Amino acid sequence: MGEHGHGPPKGIVRWLTTTNHKDIGTMYLVFSLVMFLVGGLMALVIRSELFQPGLQLVDPAFFNQMTTMHALVMVFGAVMPATVGLANWMIPMQIGAADMALPRMNLFSFWLLAFAFLLLLSTLFIPGGAPAAGWTLYPPLVLQTGQAFPMAIFAIHLMGASSIMGAINVIVTIVNMRAPGMTLLKMPLFSWSWLITAYLLIAVMPVFAGGVTMLLTDYYFHTSFFNAAGGGDPVLFQHVFWFFGHPEVYIMILPAFGIVSEVIATFSRKPIFGYEAMVYAIASIAFLSFIVWAHHMFTVGMPLAGQLFFTLSTMLIAVPTGVKIFNWTATMWRGSISFEPPMLFALAFLFLFTIGGFSGLMLAIAPADFQYHDTYFVVAHFHYVLVPGAVFGIMAAVYYWLPKWTGHMYDMALAKWHFWLSAIFVNVLFFPQHYLGLAGMPRRIPDYALQFTEWNMVSTIGAFGFGLSQLLFVWLIVKCVKGGERATAGVWDYQHGLEWTVPSPAPYHTFEKAPEVR
Amino acid sequence: MNEPLRRSNRGLTAKLLLMVAGSFAFGFALVPLYDVFCEVTGIGSRERLLQAAPGAGAGATDERTVTVEFTASVPANGRWEFEPAAFEMQVQPGRLYETTYRAKNLHGRDMTGQAVPSVAPARAAQYLQKTECFCFTPQHFKGAEERDMIVRFSVDRGLPAGIDRLTLSYAFYDVGRGGAGT
Ligand code: HEM
Ligand SMILES: [Cu+2]
Repeated sequence: MGEHGHGPPKGIVRWLTTTNHKDIGTMYLVFSLVMFLVGGLMALVIRSELFQPGLQLVDPAFFNQMTTMHALVMVFGAVMPATVGLANWMIPMQIGAADMALPRMNLFSFWLLAFAFLLLLSTLFIPGGAPAAGWTLYPPLVLQTGQAFPMAIFAIHLMGASSIMGAINVIVTIVNMRAPGMTLLKMPLFSWSWLITAYLLIAVMPVFAGGVTMLLTDYYFHTSFFNAAGGGDPVLFQHVFWFFGHPEVYIMILPAFGIVSEVIATFSRKPIFGYEAMVYAIASIAFLSFIVWAHHMFTVGMPLAGQLFFTLSTMLIAVPTGVKIFNWTATMWRGSISFEPPMLFALAFLFLFTIGGFSGLMLAIAPADFQYHDTYFVVAHFHYVLVPGAVFGIMAAVYYWLPKWTGHMYDMALAKWHFWLSAIFVNVLFFPQHYLGLAGMPRRIPDYALQFTEWNMVSTIGAFGFGLSQLLFVWLIVKCVKGGERATAGVWDYQHGLEWTVPSPAPYHTFEKAPEVR
Repeated sequence: MNEPLRRSNRGLTAKLLLMVAGSFAFGFALVPLYDVFCEVTGIGSRERLLQAAPGAGAGATDERTVTVEFTASVPANGRWEFEPAAFEMQVQPGRLYETTYRAKNLHGRDMTGQAVPSVAPARAAQYLQKTECFCFTPQHFKGAEERDMIVRFSVDRGLPAGIDRLTLSYAFYDVGRGGAGT
């Protein structure tokens, strides 16, 4: 680490060899944006096919590849890397560290991820096409995947390894590298949320890796973990998957919780209400997320006691979640609120994520879930928590810290266009899916009964509106990188946190000498 | 970065890697745990369902009768005809009964099948005892062969009074790729 005091090398070499947390953060964020657009294109294929009943554009096999790949790309390629990118950029700056604790591992984990996605996406072009059994990879169906099978499993292993390395890096950085005086309970909530997310990742990613390894040995080595004919049980896979899968959804949302906490405080010009309660709420959500997994499997045939347990434990999560929503609202109470783009996204998050939480509560009721399970109602639920939830949270973060990254203010008018179009179209896109699901339309099918036509048309129109609006986002970012009004160190009227004490753009090296934290 | 910090980073990284290894092992530990769980809750122990209960049906007989239903299924990609001879029987707990399932190989070549039993309701599973069953062993079929396969069973007299109807279902799998014994 002998490169003190001078800037980065020029050109492509910089990006291949950098161990600078800001560079790596940027690479993660750009990668995530590209994947967001790729995954978005897949979603538009799905929605185009579903515009009308009947088979129009793609054959059912390709349709299934699109639903599977869309989910894998968005979960592992867009949302998770975006939060890792934000962690890389912001955690060292928030805790007053010069860099991440393990800079070379940091670089390695990024390129591992990039390679994993190259591999996964390349399955689209091989004979037989990409995996098509859904992102949940349930056997026995997934064992009918052709040549794509080993490639997809290997890709999943690599992206898992990459995110585990990212998680280790975050924990070591936060535990060991905080500036003197930066006690844990002085740490900004974004860093806190990531610390807990990192522990979740370490606890569940390896379980998922184990699960897909068992799939692999069932496929190639005649083991029978999930093969009923050999004494195995496919339902076991579902348990393994959701033991990972439910914490995974919190891995996607907790960083957004952290972001929203900071943004709402900044634009209400008040410190966050109930800081410690916020930390404990995140921790208890993370803990509870380990004991609710079977709410994804109510219909597999479960004893009554199991259904009761998983219904109640799932509903329990609404308590700490409610605490957070209350505290966000209380932060705004009597605040001097202004509606800059990050705040707009944070407010939309607050309303729309809550809708997703409510539909989650409906799904948590086991007898009701027998009707809703595997319908569009579930699709509506998780898109509400993931798009205006996790994705809007990430967008709020980008609008919040972009001036700090680039040194330029962005085009506020354009950002507001992006916000309003996104906020309107996301509802046009996903709200009708509640009705479709309640009326019985199953998920993951390329064709449907005539009575579902109207809401599907509305949803598809919303999808194109939402997708096209994201081009404004890309354009805005490009414009802001190229130039714009100079940003001050503080950027916003009211700020809290060390990242606002360094100039904008943040110099290549910050806090080489640890700052004083009172 | 100074040396003590670097060392402490390395130490913590090693500990976290150990946690990762632990989680990975836990994923595999879920396999036996799952069996134990099914056993303890009586949801259906694979062992019990696939084991002969030699003494069953030799003792006294209840007055009451219960209905035993038989169902058969073939996974979507399997090419078998598979059907019970009787769809239901009235049985007296304690007495031994016999019925058959008929299977036909539609693969056009020799094939081995394996029947996997399941009993509903789950809490009745331990009371349905088989002294002999085609599900205990893989079944070899010549191309286009068709035959009847025997199951002998008895309902244990301990069957709780609230249950008057049980379903014994078999799924008939190819023992092809990934199967046992190939
Ligand atoms: C109050 C909080 C929540 C509750 C009570 C809840 C409950 C549920 C239930 C019961 C299901 C299963 C529905 C079914 O398949 O029949 C489900 C599915 C799902 N939830 Fe949630 N949820 C909550 C929050 C979240 C959050 C925060 C996320 C992610 C950010 C999320 C993401 C998902 C996903 C991705 C699925 C579907 C997975 C699949 O089958 O592909 N949920 N939720
Ligand atoms: Cu869940």
